[in-house]
Amino acid sequence: MSVNLSNYYVDGDPIADSSAPDVPLHETWDQRRFDANLVNPANRRKRTVIIIGTGLAGGSAAATLGEAGYHVKNFCYQDSPRRAHSIAAQGGINAAKNYRNDGDSIQRLFYDTVKGGDYRSRESNSWRLAQISVEIIDQCVAQGVPFAREYGGLLDNRSFGGVQVSRTFYARGQTGQQLLLGAYQALERQIAAGNVEMHTRHEMLELIVAEGRARGVVVRDMVTGEIETHMADAVVLGSGGYGNVYFLSTNAMGCNVTATWRAHRKGAYFANPCYTQIHPTCIPVSGDFQSKLTLMSESLRNDGRIWVPKEGGDTRHPRDIPTAERDYYLERRYPAFGNLVPRDVASRAAKQVCDEGRGVGPGGRGVYLDFASAIERMGRKAVEAKYGNLFEMYEQITGEDPYEVPMRIYPAVHYTMGGLWVDYDLQSTIPGLFVIGEANFSDHGANRLGASALMQGLSDGYFVLPPMISNYLADAPFEEVGPDHPEAVAAAEAVRSRIEKLLAVNGSRTVDSFHRDLGHIVWEYCGMERTEEGLVKAIDLIRELREEFWRDVKVTGTNEELNQTLEKAGRVADFFELAELMCIDALHRDESCGAHFRAEHQTEDGEALRDDENFAYVAAWEFGGEGGKPVLHKEDLVYQNIQMKQRSYK
Amino acid sequence: MNITLRVWRQPDSDAPGKMHTYQVADVSEDMSFLEMLDVLNEQLTIDGEDPIAFDSDCREGICGMCGLVINGLAHGPGKNVTTCQLHMRSFADGDVIDVEPWRAEPFTVIKDLVVDRSSFDRIIQAGGYITAPTGTAPEANSIPVNKADADAAFDAATCIGCGACVAACPNGSASLFMAAKVAHLGLLPQGQPERHSRVLDMVDQHDAEGFGGCTQIGECTAACPKGIQIDLISRMDRDVLSAIAHRK
Repeated sequence: MSVNLSNYYVDGDPIADSSAPDVPLHETWDQRRFDANLVNPANRRKRTVIIIGTGLAGGSAAATLGEAGYHVKNFCYQDSPRRAHSIAAQGGINAAKNYRNDGDSIQRLFYDTVKGGDYRSRESNSWRLAQISVEIIDQCVAQGVPFAREYGGLLDNRSFGGVQVSRTFYARGQTGQQLLLGAYQALERQIAAGNVEMHTRHEMLELIVAEGRARGVVVRDMVTGEIETHMADAVVLGSGGYGNVYFLSTNAMGCNVTATWRAHRKGAYFANPCYTQIHPTCIPVSGDFQSKLTLMSESLRNDGRIWVPKEGGDTRHPRDIPTAERDYYLERRYPAFGNLVPRDVASRAAKQVCDEGRGVGPGGRGVYLDFASAIERMGRKAVEAKYGNLFEMYEQITGEDPYEVPMRIYPAVHYTMGGLWVDYDLQSTIPGLFVIGEANFSDHGANRLGASALMQGLSDGYFVLPPMISNYLADAPFEEVGPDHPEAVAAAEAVRSRIEKLLAVNGSRTVDSFHRDLGHIVWEYCGMERTEEGLVKAIDLIRELREEFWRDVKVTGTNEELNQTLEKAGRVADFFELAELMCIDALHRDESCGAHFRAEHQTEDGEALRDDENFAYVAAWEFGGEGGKPVLHKEDLVYQNIQMKQRSYK
Repeated sequence: MNITLRVWRQPDSDAPGKMHTYQVADVSEDMSFLEMLDVLNEQLTIDGEDPIAFDSDCREGICGMCGLVINGLAHGPGKNVTTCQLHMRSFADGDVIDVEPWRAEPFTVIKDLVVDRSSFDRIIQAGGYITAPTGTAPEANSIPVNKADADAAFDAATCIGCGACVAACPNGSASLFMAAKVAHLGLLPQGQPERHSRVLDMVDQHDAEGFGGCTQIGECTAACPKGIQIDLISRMDRDVLSAIAHRK
């Protein structure tokens, strides 16, 4: 390596998870639950828990803790908890039910998760996720989630990328919506019962850490602009991922890193920020005005076949290109998994064929996803029943009918495996700050398998967090800390002065124009493929742009009103800081693994080449202070139940 | 293409609002309607004017956050689409387009095109759920569900709670929203124990919020981005009658 890494960060002490009990893997969760302290129901009412976010993780946690009897304060930036971005997940949720008798088991789901994550996840967490998966389906069915069923009335399953069993439960192409509505309805029931205090259109802008514990948050009422201080005995972040750092992603417009980033600045370590997943099946970009990208469920790869013309520059209509002149490149390169290879592999393969000049559609950044043979095999009606709403969505956006013309797809940023570092109890490096769902880093390693995000969100919210936060709260009462505590006052003051600063710049460029430029840099240099040279360049570019942002951004209006420009400005300011850390993390990780593909490290076939000797660890970054360098803490990954192998999907 | 927009501007819920006219040049037909508004807002910001406030989040038709009345139609001229899924190819060069917020008494305007839909959450709070505490639930396959019922429950459950049905209804009724939830849960075996109390409590809350009654006009179904069918309202009415008959 030619760059001097010490220019970018400093090494700190190693870090370890000390909360998973030292017992055989399959007993870990049961033992941990048994060891955990309980809180007497009468005392739960005296304990307040703040939860940020109302998605699958935050919503299910709020409903469950409210029902357990805790006093819950739940916040979301949307106008209703039902709108959290989990709602947009299409394909399904995994569970090791083995309803298909195809050899599935908890152990296999665990194995698939660790292998899919390219051996960069913690064994104990991944095992627990697989173990709990089974309970989630039972819980959701009891709530009335209308999963797809067979004619006999039993639940149906489909297969998904990266695995060879059929373990995905689904509700047409709207699984996330149905699961979220289940959690939302359970949450509304607790709101009505007075157990959960819901604050919609409120955004968390600062974490309050007092006397060594997370004790509250500062939020902004997005309608009136009022800065409010809320205190609690514990704080939970279920605020989702940071994919919008790329500007264009499949995330909702409002998804942001602010809650987790503010916590990071207060002492929570940020783990593996460079692990960002690019989803292979999204609708290609159509113009500069584009505000977001739309994902087409990966489940389409079950029946659709991906191809490009064998020769570059072939402008014939796809139906006029004979089979012999098509390259079904995934089926050719990976005969065992074919079109169902994991997301990172499928995405890079699409980029490669487009880089070779064989891409299709405007700009040549697209590949075909073709349903002609599925329609021939199953009939149009069966295809319609399975994928109808996805086909409609595609047609609305592109104006093309996928029953007649193959879809065009291209990879887009979709999910972030990185997030705040947590131990087995889902507790961050700040005592009393718990992090759940996509906001933490814990279960997916360097790459997440399809249909596993919904599983993790609900596993954390319904089943893992409740006993673990009770264990923490069993030590309460903690020191008396009110909104007049110096730390709480300082946090509210910091929020106010930051807002004033943003409003005072009064420059000449819009927030979106900065965000779009930042997104271009991160996508180009810290996207599907990274290089040392590119990352070094990206860090400089990000720093320059960030400096320009604070000098030249234009934020109209005032704080004391509904001000969407001000909201965006605060989020983009935090994305700048995160983007730099992502690039530093990607630069330091001088290997390829999962979604982190360093061009310098690949096999002869162009696959990710890991360096287990030097990089089999979680990189947990500590905030280095304003203008300071981040501090790297390594958590070694030890595999006792799985042998680390070169991933192969051939 | 070039478009003239007439947009409802209102600084806050207490201030009066009025229509303002804006010109938007060089609109691409591949833009979504909201992306066209983004472009206008970029220009307004540069000019130092207050950008137009409107709600949107997922921009793929599923979160239910967006919703504009476009030329008098909730979610505009498209069929089965939300505002965010409406593309400018549905319009022509030189068009004059009116853009207004959802209008109904319980949907207070917060600013410009942003309205308060918290009444929908309170209707769900009143009974739009199945009481199933988190814990060890019955094995998922222990209760088979007839596929036709499961599919019908799913169709009803696709409601995104956007409020277009209310905006479109001359009576300002939220009956379609409510009927969709009543059908979703009432079609499933898990939803039977609370079927009667659910529908009565939800209807009471609906009326208390100030929504109007249903007179079977059908504008709701026409505006619904998810194609929720009006016969669900009749189904809900039957449930109400049955619930009253069984009231103890």
